[in-house]
Amino acid sequence: MAELTYRAAVAAGIAQEMERDPNVVLIGEDVGAAGGVFKLTEGLLERFGPERVRDTPISEQAIVGAAMGAAMTGLRPVAELMFSDFFAVAWDMVANQIAKTRYMTDGQVSLPLVLRTANGAGLRFGAQHSQSIENWAMAIPGLKVVAPATPADVVGLMAAAIRDPDPVIFCEHKALFAVKGEVPDGEHVVPLGQAAVVREGSDATIVALAAMVPRAREAAERLAADHGISAEVIDLRCLVPLDAHTILASVSKTSRLFTVEENPRLCGWGAEIVSLVADEGFYSLDAPIVRITTPHIPLPSAAALEDLALPTVERIVETVRRRLDEAR
Amino acid sequence: MASAPPQIDRETQLRMYRIMVDCRTFEERAQELFFEGLVRGTTHLGIGQEAVAAGVAAAMRNDDYTFCTYRGHNHTLARGVPMAPIFAELFGRATGLMGGKGGSMHLTSVKHGAMGSYAIVGAHLPIALGAAWSAQYRKSGQVAVCFFGDGTTNIGAFHEALNMAAVWKAPVVFFCENNQYMEYTPIREVTAVEHPAADRAAAYGLDSILVDGNDVEVVHRVAKTAIDRARAGDGPSLIEAVTYRHGGHSRADPGKYRPDDEVAAWKARDPVPAYRQQLLAQGVGETELEAIDGDAREAVAAAEAEARPAPEPAADVLETQVWTDGGSAWRN
Repeated sequence: MAELTYRAAVAAGIAQEMERDPNVVLIGEDVGAAGGVFKLTEGLLERFGPERVRDTPISEQAIVGAAMGAAMTGLRPVAELMFSDFFAVAWDMVANQIAKTRYMTDGQVSLPLVLRTANGAGLRFGAQHSQSIENWAMAIPGLKVVAPATPADVVGLMAAAIRDPDPVIFCEHKALFAVKGEVPDGEHVVPLGQAAVVREGSDATIVALAAMVPRAREAAERLAADHGISAEVIDLRCLVPLDAHTILASVSKTSRLFTVEENPRLCGWGAEIVSLVADEGFYSLDAPIVRITTPHIPLPSAAALEDLALPTVERIVETVRRRLDEAR
Repeated sequence: MASAPPQIDRETQLRMYRIMVDCRTFEERAQELFFEGLVRGTTHLGIGQEAVAAGVAAAMRNDDYTFCTYRGHNHTLARGVPMAPIFAELFGRATGLMGGKGGSMHLTSVKHGAMGSYAIVGAHLPIALGAAWSAQYRKSGQVAVCFFGDGTTNIGAFHEALNMAAVWKAPVVFFCENNQYMEYTPIREVTAVEHPAADRAAAYGLDSILVDGNDVEVVHRVAKTAIDRARAGDGPSLIEAVTYRHGGHSRADPGKYRPDDEVAAWKARDPVPAYRQQLLAQGVGETELEAIDGDAREAVAAAEAEARPAPEPAADVLETQVWTDGGSAWRN
């Protein structure tokens, strides 16, 4: 085991796959000589050379489109979009071209590509550099959506994403870049579509993703210590494919479900999980399902306001405690 | 003093003529079948623009890549894709080129190098660049040719792709078919320069290339030069070929916004009979050309007869081929 930051795990995960497969190539703005604006790709140019690690102009449509053209003709490109908000600039490529071409050609084309991006809030960057766009991607058939919460999962899910024969949107959370964690030695692969039960519990299930996972874990610890509530925490890891079994199995044990989403309220991924559990786990439930989300607003930049918008440990603790108290 | 252009060999000339006649015969029948109700949805015909498809295709290697637009029947046929599965796709049949999942605007046959017809204006320029980058990386010697209309020159993806292709020296040929109308609006009314592609080439360090898109031999020569250049590692080209679509933008459009005398003048320059006359003048026998014309009519009739009785797609294919495993599962 080696301790890596989430930031270093990104480069380590890409490097592991570039070592393994010469068809893996990396493109994006400032990914080469500069090592990425967040230093997520540091050292890759030096290690793999300019043929495999290419800097691009500020041309998101060309970056994503070129990744598609390369993927349909034998490469396994990894393309970086510097901030996930920039997906909006290239949305035709993502939603109309990449997501639909396999279906429209009845399987003639496979698109083994990864679109990596710095996603999420917490750095006071304001409304156009802080969004969580995983819900945008989840709404489009033909895209897989991954959002790791730990350095080990960054490496393992990156490997699975690059090896996957289909397009993967890989959301790297900005607020987690400095977080350290153990990463297994040797080749590490975490299959897509397998949620992790990161804390076992019996009174409530809390489902979280990316930066909300450590908050949900800490909330669960406080609920146990301060309120005698045993919360199970699930790290979804992937929205597509979605590990419905793990969610339903947990709810059948705890009978209560909370989602913690760093997203605007409407049509967040939690709503899909609520629908799933209402449909298939209804008779396990002892109480209404509760979604803990940001309000339905653009994200503000001031620290005090951004902190207020995002689900906090305190908000999770308070919401779960109050709801369980009501039931007592 | 420019020397006379090199003579194109007779085999290539007849091949280009055959492609043009095939395309014309196929599309005229497709249009009739649309009005009969057999072709559904929409179609965008390239009648009048066949010289571009034929001239370029005849300059390509079998493993080169074609990327084209929703006006893509001709470019798909020109790569040797059989007519019957194209008709079947237009009819919404199970035997369609894409099993009925794509339709007229998305004709694709990867095994023929027809890498797709793209229906969002501009999208395929970056994608073609990506295929060219892949060929460059794999050192395969393949070239990507990307066809698009004049309207595409005003969308951002055009400029992003041209710039990045030039910087990367990607083996791609960007081929603008300037049929002079973006959809219903004359391109000159919405474009800051006279020649929408050629006048912008300098912005990407490329030569300005403007040719007569109704002269198949001119098209063939300029395409061959650009493709050879790309294959040699000398980077992309941007070619503007001026042409004209005889009909409207799509099946719903009678094209009445165009002056009658303009339409008449361009129909008088119809590339198919013009090339026929040219070949006759060069000594090709009338009977040889008649045989090609007859073969095309028979091929179209046979393809239609094959496609018509084909079954509609079965319900069980609806949720297939979203993923490479053949399925569409989003959960366990």
